[in-house]
Amino acid sequence: MTGPGTRRYGVAVLEADRRTRNQILRQAASISLAVTPFAAAFGVLCAEANFSLTETVGFSTLVFGGSAQFASATVLADSGTVAAAVTAGALLNLRSMAFGIVMAPALKGPLWWRVVVSQLMIDESTAIGVARTELRWRRFGYLAGGIGVFVLWNLFTVLGFTILGGAGDLVTDLGIDATIPAAFLALLWPRLSHPDQRLIAAIGAAVAVVTAPLLPAGIPIVAAGLAVVVLRPWRSEP
Amino acid sequence: MSDVALTVLVLAAISYAFKSAGPLVLGGDRQLAPWLDRLALLLPAPLLAALVASSTLVTDRQWAIDGRIVGLAVAALALWRRLPFVIVVILAAASTALVRQL
Repeated sequence: MTGPGTRRYGVAVLEADRRTRNQILRQAASISLAVTPFAAAFGVLCAEANFSLTETVGFSTLVFGGSAQFASATVLADSGTVAAAVTAGALLNLRSMAFGIVMAPALKGPLWWRVVVSQLMIDESTAIGVARTELRWRRFGYLAGGIGVFVLWNLFTVLGFTILGGAGDLVTDLGIDATIPAAFLALLWPRLSHPDQRLIAAIGAAVAVVTAPLLPAGIPIVAAGLAVVVLRPWRSEP
Repeated sequence: MSDVALTVLVLAAISYAFKSAGPLVLGGDRQLAPWLDRLALLLPAPLLAALVASSTLVTDRQWAIDGRIVGLAVAALALWRRLPFVIVVILAAASTALVRQL
């Protein structure tokens, strides 16, 4: 097993491994950088709503799920109830359960390990992970994406809160408040390629706007989720 | 405890339960019930669309049309042109600011 042929083969494998690892690290770096404007926008949103820095960073470390954080903080900023804010955020994070089931085989290990890495279960880490077929690369991609996003997401939450958030009138003068709908739209955009998703998105938007003056703050967002009934998700599809 | 802190803690606990269900409990060989899987797939679109619409058209539970709608239109255009997220966000802010200066 130690002939020159095996050695060359071994070197080729190492070279391929190195290339895969670098490719994954590059993907993780670009995805981590891509989320920074949203994190900064989240920091601004929290500062504008007069949340404390601890509460704001609490969202980014403990909840750690972009769309859920935005939804929940938006509801609170509009003086919605805790129940409405939690429900809106939880409904958006439900998908991380589906991610967890997909990623589980690649994340095997001691209990403490699974407890820690579960917190990184977000769109970005799952996307980088599942793009690979081998379990060890799935694991590596998940960790690289998860850790990269976690660090930059929290860093830019703090930067947005402290630097841009204290700007007062500057926030409306510079149009920084307009980054919130733009961030939501960017999160929604990839889903709009499917007609079913476009349909329920349109219904959800209409429900939220029409019921806004009628229902307590935050409830219109949760009510928009009912749009999924038009696709009858309980029926078993072929 | 403030409403915000309470929301953070409760939402974090629920979110963690969702995130960890796979790795901690279900293991590698089980699957979500099909209806739950579909629900998880479908819910984000109407919720995010609701957030787009209400963060653009609603202020203090009243309909309001202002510079934000221009920012959103520009953001949509930028996303359609597949521009990077950073540019999308900057263009949305800049165009809204411009409209407000007029």
